[in-house]
Amino acid sequence: MGEAHKSEYAIEMLHITKKFPGIIANDDITLQLRHGEIHALLGENGAGKSTLMSVLFGLYQAEEGTIKKDGVEVKINNPNDANALGIGMVHQHFKLVECFTVLDNIILGVEPVGAMGFMQKKEARKKVLALSEKYGLQVDPDAKIEDITVGMQQRTEILKMLYRDNEILIFDEPTAVLTPQEITELMQIMRNLAAEGKSILFISHKLAEIMAVADRCTVLRKGKYIGTVETKNTNMEELSAMMVGRNVNFHVEKQPMHPGEVLLDVQHLTVPSKVHNNNAVKDVSFQVRRGEIVCIAGIDGNGQSELVYGLTGLEPITHGRILMDGKDITKASIRKRSTSGMSHIPEDRHKHGLVLDYSLEYNMVLQTYFESRFTDKIGFLRRKNIRSYSDDLIQQYDVRSGQGSVTPARAMSGGNQQKAIIAREIDKQPEVLVAVQPTRGLDVGAIEFIHKQLVAQRDAGKAVLLISLELDEVMDVPDRILVMYEGEIVGELDPKKTTQEELGLYMAGAKRDEVKNG
Amino acid sequence: MKKLLKNEGVQAFVAAIFCILAGLLIGYIVLLFINPSGASESILNIIKNFFTWSRPASRIKQLGNTLAKSMPLILCSLSILFSYKVGLFNIGTAGQYVAGACASLYAALAWGWGWLPCMIFAMVAGALLGGITGLLKAYCNVNEVISGIMLNWIALYTANTLLTTVKETASPYTLYLDKVTPGALLPTLGMDKWFGNDKVTIAVPLTMIVAVIVWIILSKTRLGYELKATGNNRNAAKYAGMAQNRNIIMTLMISGALAGLGASLLYQTGYMRWECTQSSVPSMGFNGIAAAFLGGLHPIGAVFSSFFIQHITDGGQYVNTNFYSSQISDVISSVIIYLCGFVLFIKLTMKKIIAKSDEKKGAKQ
Repeated sequence: MGEAHKSEYAIEMLHITKKFPGIIANDDITLQLRHGEIHALLGENGAGKSTLMSVLFGLYQAEEGTIKKDGVEVKINNPNDANALGIGMVHQHFKLVECFTVLDNIILGVEPVGAMGFMQKKEARKKVLALSEKYGLQVDPDAKIEDITVGMQQRTEILKMLYRDNEILIFDEPTAVLTPQEITELMQIMRNLAAEGKSILFISHKLAEIMAVADRCTVLRKGKYIGTVETKNTNMEELSAMMVGRNVNFHVEKQPMHPGEVLLDVQHLTVPSKVHNNNAVKDVSFQVRRGEIVCIAGIDGNGQSELVYGLTGLEPITHGRILMDGKDITKASIRKRSTSGMSHIPEDRHKHGLVLDYSLEYNMVLQTYFESRFTDKIGFLRRKNIRSYSDDLIQQYDVRSGQGSVTPARAMSGGNQQKAIIAREIDKQPEVLVAVQPTRGLDVGAIEFIHKQLVAQRDAGKAVLLISLELDEVMDVPDRILVMYEGEIVGELDPKKTTQEELGLYMAGAKRDEVKNG
Repeated sequence: MKKLLKNEGVQAFVAAIFCILAGLLIGYIVLLFINPSGASESILNIIKNFFTWSRPASRIKQLGNTLAKSMPLILCSLSILFSYKVGLFNIGTAGQYVAGACASLYAALAWGWGWLPCMIFAMVAGALLGGITGLLKAYCNVNEVISGIMLNWIALYTANTLLTTVKETASPYTLYLDKVTPGALLPTLGMDKWFGNDKVTIAVPLTMIVAVIVWIILSKTRLGYELKATGNNRNAAKYAGMAQNRNIIMTLMISGALAGLGASLLYQTGYMRWECTQSSVPSMGFNGIAAAFLGGLHPIGAVFSSFFIQHITDGGQYVNTNFYSSQISDVISSVIIYLCGFVLFIKLTMKKIIAKSDEKKGAKQ
């Protein structure tokens, strides 16, 4: 640091083109990362961000284009080459050994070893502590990964890169798992790093964060390079138009709600955890009325998943009652709950939502295949009916796939897989719609579509329970917010009156109300 | 050409042929190692099987033997593939086959039942044994491979014990079916005259019908839809409200019934008798695994692959014993059967190669 650089740019990717069968993932893309800048890479899913990073890491070889480090052309044939060039990455899903300490994780793979083959952790500890002080990265080197917060895990990942003397740091969607407060901290850390001369590449689709922290922003759309802009000369509207190719409505349009009677009544629900001995959901009570969207907000892992499992019957509950439209469904089977009016858009579309090896049409009838319109009396599938039903849904919900109804679900993009699930669950005409992170990993266009569908269900007099980790979604879509922290509901907020900061305090457990049970 | 190669069925077929050729080649090399002078003739004889005979009548008769022994193998491979489609590896097929053999022989020899009741009894016995594995899997989460292997041995020694009561006094073999209860022999529907071989029975058309039924169940019915969904994604099946435990138990029961039927269709031809002192589980159930994979895990494919494996196994008896000890035939057919298990691996490799060349082609465009 401090020495004069031969080139203005730390890393240049010039005119990169990478093709796959039938698709050009990167079409003549140029990305220039200056020394000491924070450079955002913005694009929807499928825009080519991951491919571009894979090329930089040597996972793919580009057909055309060159990569330069400090103005000198380099060949990156595999991730080891990238490491040798000082390129490091914090992945969206951390790559840490849960039962190791922070220090052990940091030195993993580059352990300082003495002459006799013994580890010399003292040196390593000194270096880690020095780094952590220099950049304001607070960690406890002796804590085990499984015991520390997600924020500290992320700092461990950052220290891993710094320990290896990486100069170019890539952050892949780093804020997805953090609370608003942690996000603020992370941004400060990124600024510190940049001030010390590190060059940062910040991959994101969250415009507010890009505007807040990045110096420049490169936008990709459908594999093409759209442009690079200085963030101080632009605004969110312009960036989103560059990313999507049209103007996007950020705010969900909706009429004032007209809530009716209670459709879903959860009383003192307690669900045991599969991971630890405690209960994951502790004595939770709430109601969802006809014609309203209630959102359960919270940081991932505070019992939301287990709450949904208990509600939909996927896991047994130990205590409590669930009433749907006045009827007790506490002991009802999954099928019974489904047929009596509960639809469930699951959190993990690959684990629960789809049979990936089945065709799209077979997935479209996953919840209804046994009905007389799809199965005859002897037990044969009415495949003609299934086909025409699936074709209908595909058209109605604009589900795009290579070969229509017969496309294997596995061959579809994430957004279209999700659309198929939503089509299936909504077309069931549910009374209660449980939507768990319905927009996870989707691009802006698809998110807009899904939010519209949720609001349409609400307006049609259904009860919608939304479980979300995305702050924007929590603030925009629902009529009421319930915040969940460590298995309990710690606050009820009105999205029109609250702020993201207040929401963050509840989510982090710093604030709680005595929410009435009943 | 490439488009053709991308078709799943074609891939399975090509992979199967590849495995067969590789198996024959390795078998040939083994023969060369032991004694080069008889190797070519012997490997040819293995491939030719009944064609080794010069008289047409003899050929047909030997073909009849191979056919008779193919039917139980087909049913065992159907048993394997049926459970495999549901995500269960029913290694207990071998034991369910033993249970079927025991039930049909005991009912025929001890109680003098007719052929049809004996056959159904064999299916019930196989289904019950499969059901035990299913119950353990569904309610105690016991791995079906572990319980299957243990039940194989339990079935074997139970069969030995029970059938000792109906064995010849002078030998370890059970009594001759045609002498004690001729009514338990499967009807031949006149095919015995055509083949000059009374071992060709109703088993042949019956097996074909069963194969088609299995194919229809798996591909056209609600049951097949549920079972395959469970096999492909257990969590999604649960999410969709399918009765998982019931499906697991039912699958293993159907699988067991198929294996039991296979045993009855062999022992009720009178082709073989049960050796009450045998100390290893008959290999039929295990060979079914290779046959199922060689047939691309398709019920109709299993018919052809099973016949081929039986054909090779029978061909083993025509290896020239002047050059080789008589066990060599078993070695050769085992090598080939072993290689047959590699069909999925070859298929996967083919897919990778195709994908790679596509990527390169995409790059050139």
